[in-house]
Amino acid sequence: MSTASPAPSRPPERTILRVPEHTVEVVSDSGEGAQKCAQIFGRVSARMGNGVWTVEIIPAEIQPPPRTPESASGNRIRIGTRPVTNWGDHANLVVAFNEQVLLHRHRLEALAKDAVILIEDMWATHDDPDIRRAWNDAMDELGQRAYRFIPVPMEQQCLTLIDNPRRGKNMFALGLLAWIYSRDLEKIKEQIAHEFRKKSPALYDTNVALLELGHRWAEEHLDFRIEVPAIASDRPMVVMNGNQALAFGAIASGMELCSMYPITPATSASHFLSDIFEKFGGVVHQAEDEIAAIGVALGASFAGKVAFTISSGPGIALKTEFIGLAVMVELPLVIVDVQRGGPSTGLPTKVEQGDLLAAIFGQPGDAPHVVLAPATMEECFLCITTARRIAEAFRCVVMVLSDANLATGVQPFPRPAVDEHWLAQPPDLAPVREGLRPYDWDPEMGTSRRVIPGQPAGMFTATGLSHDELSHVGYTPDVHERGCVMRSRKLAVFQQMLKPPPVHGDDAGDLLVVGWGSTLGAIEEAVDRAREEGLAVSSLHLRFLSPLEPGLKEIFGRFRKVMTVEINYSDDPDAPFITEENRRRGQLAWLLRASTLVDVDCWTRVPGEPLRPGKILEALRASMPQGVQS
Amino acid sequence: MTEPGCSLLSCGPVDEDREWTMDDYASALARWCPGCGDHAVLTAVERVLETEQLPPEQTVFVSGIGCSSRFPHYLRTYGFHGIHGRALPVAMGVRLRRPDLHVFVVMGDGDCCSIGAGHWIHAMRYNPDLVALLLDNGVYGLTKNQTSPTSPKGKASNTQPRGALLPPLNPLSVALGVTNASFVAQTGDWLPAHLYATILAASRHRGFAFVRILQRCPQYTTELFEGAVRDPGLVELLVHPDGVTVPELDRIYKNQRPHDPADLDAARRLAEPEGKIRLGVFYRNESLPVYDETRRTPSRSAAEKLTLLNAELDRYAV
Repeated sequence: MSTASPAPSRPPERTILRVPEHTVEVVSDSGEGAQKCAQIFGRVSARMGNGVWTVEIIPAEIQPPPRTPESASGNRIRIGTRPVTNWGDHANLVVAFNEQVLLHRHRLEALAKDAVILIEDMWATHDDPDIRRAWNDAMDELGQRAYRFIPVPMEQQCLTLIDNPRRGKNMFALGLLAWIYSRDLEKIKEQIAHEFRKKSPALYDTNVALLELGHRWAEEHLDFRIEVPAIASDRPMVVMNGNQALAFGAIASGMELCSMYPITPATSASHFLSDIFEKFGGVVHQAEDEIAAIGVALGASFAGKVAFTISSGPGIALKTEFIGLAVMVELPLVIVDVQRGGPSTGLPTKVEQGDLLAAIFGQPGDAPHVVLAPATMEECFLCITTARRIAEAFRCVVMVLSDANLATGVQPFPRPAVDEHWLAQPPDLAPVREGLRPYDWDPEMGTSRRVIPGQPAGMFTATGLSHDELSHVGYTPDVHERGCVMRSRKLAVFQQMLKPPPVHGDDAGDLLVVGWGSTLGAIEEAVDRAREEGLAVSSLHLRFLSPLEPGLKEIFGRFRKVMTVEINYSDDPDAPFITEENRRRGQLAWLLRASTLVDVDCWTRVPGEPLRPGKILEALRASMPQGVQS
Repeated sequence: MTEPGCSLLSCGPVDEDREWTMDDYASALARWCPGCGDHAVLTAVERVLETEQLPPEQTVFVSGIGCSSRFPHYLRTYGFHGIHGRALPVAMGVRLRRPDLHVFVVMGDGDCCSIGAGHWIHAMRYNPDLVALLLDNGVYGLTKNQTSPTSPKGKASNTQPRGALLPPLNPLSVALGVTNASFVAQTGDWLPAHLYATILAASRHRGFAFVRILQRCPQYTTELFEGAVRDPGLVELLVHPDGVTVPELDRIYKNQRPHDPADLDAARRLAEPEGKIRLGVFYRNESLPVYDETRRTPSRSAAEKLTLLNAELDRYAV
């Protein structure tokens, strides 16, 4: 591990806790910088070889009233010796800037029963009696648990260096964590330089001084350290969040236009792209609205390389008519939906997998297209090239369903070996050969070659009206039915190229859990724990949702029960008025029931946070088919 | 290293000696009603294409939905007949990535001034280099006679049978009120020479050239421009060397007002009709930022992209 930190000068009675994994939370009022502190801690941990998964704790407002539970802002960082695939169940150690934000996490049952809590203690002796009272009330409530509190005079310490501790405590807190977990101070300083490189050198110096102050304070006052051994990967790794990975993936795919309108939690991908895309010959176009955003992307696709648009649920809803048009004119287009809680404005900053059915079936008429969902940060990177290639090969729309958990979570993954073959080829503007029609459908496969403006002898008018091979408008039954068949058939051809998904765990058993998207890590961790308990549980994770991957019915047949686990709404089967007939199920469950005729059950929740593996485990135990010991 | 054929500025082989005639641009027989003003616009556009010798494969007509949006089907250029109100974003996408193509947008008054009004205002402000024709007949024709934003007050329709409730929106005032608007003109379908001259000026403009074409609907708004068609005295031509001049109209159209299209204040005043129909270029300014020009990016070879990408990835390396 770190060699940069000086060896502790304290006597050996200091406890060193050696654990395979540990979960840290840093929470402050919004604007106090807990996120920056936690992000640096997470990145440095990844760079030191630990497995890492981070989840943002985000208030809905930019500046909610300070010292309120709603103001809680920060991150959870789960680090491990082995790769970490999800945010886990509970935080083992917390750095809290005040007792109210801590209370928020406590009430959400986010903290382990024996969590160690380093807390700013200035509030206990504050001049304002209301604040002292709030502190005491909070401590009473928190005192019901066996947390270990360690008061830290964060503000008082920071005042020795700076005038406004609200803008510096976070680096002090980072110093505390750096000492506790023996993080490499040089690597931290590199990250600080990276974060503040655009600002002043003086700012960098102050932040480093605060970091060292926190580090020294911890060394002089704490009686424990935590060691999460790291195993350096033998492969080069990168560390980033899912939105950065999507943006990188877009560049690596050779696309050159991202057309977007600001919406949480999709926008940070465009921020990242806006910074660097032009160097690559690309453009981020901020359109006047969501509809224009997809329209510009479609126009660009019509005239050249495949373009993409990125949005979230409410924006996708607005794009619906254009999605139908893109399907009708058979133009390649990639649409990224970074899902958040819905319906309507819903939970803008929180995770949900509620857009699946809308993504597949949300367009009027029959509008067949491909829907896929990455399950990890690495897949966010890779799936864009996959999407771009499918869109081009099949002249179709490809929707990519990411979510807020992937978008803001940080995880290290093997550095993608980007390759020239990933990049889109420049459009071929050679003259169109005699007799080629704009929709020269292969009669069996429905596939055809795209004609692009600029190609001599290829002139045609793309139209959203029902049309024949010449793109001539036709309302007769045979023209319309033939168009529908051709647009659908090519997806069947595509589906035949897919492989059946692998099963995690045994190939047969009592219960098969089916998931999709960002829940992969939490589901597999729960399944592994269930298997350790002796339950015959396996899982399967889908990347392609439309068309579905092949072989599902056969796989399902090897299990006594099949159940989806999803972050979307379903009725509790035991709730009042709910019957087998009227029960509204999880979205993937609905899809699988319809396509396999297997009685697929579901366990879904919409907590506005990622699923915890422990909760999934409880659900698995409770869902074991009758006659199985649980 | 530059990637062969990578730059979209270069098209496939074009026959340099080929001379294009109006017939080369004509496609299917137009199916508008007899007497519809759209026929005249189509002819004027074909004449402009011929005058400018625009290769059909390098010309794109984008439209929305409505009678006038059938326009691209009747031309042998590339066309994109999309959805109601959304022609401008599609055209913007074409323009952004393909500066080599000549882009024209054809919209009706429902498209431009109602369902797509947001795009219209922002397109004026973005100022991409393309021609936008508003074929304004003051009514929804394709859906059979509903009130449009430009229907005159009192005009009866199927949705406002006791007459249009509101005074009409003035597309010229709206256009001239948008920051960064660079070309605003008005012409009429019954004056083919003026129509041609105005569209020609628009096609030569660097930036977003907005042309409102007063267009007669023989079915639902027969009376709309009837007075002006019969009585040239009701028409006032804005004339200027930097605008359009149509000498063949001088004999009949005596109401001519010199107007310098560089004068925005005067343009805004003249946009108010004051009982006259004013035709000509109201405003023209080629010194304003053109969005697609400001967003032009270097063309990168695959090898260059990979080098840059790896350098960026280094910043995220563990």
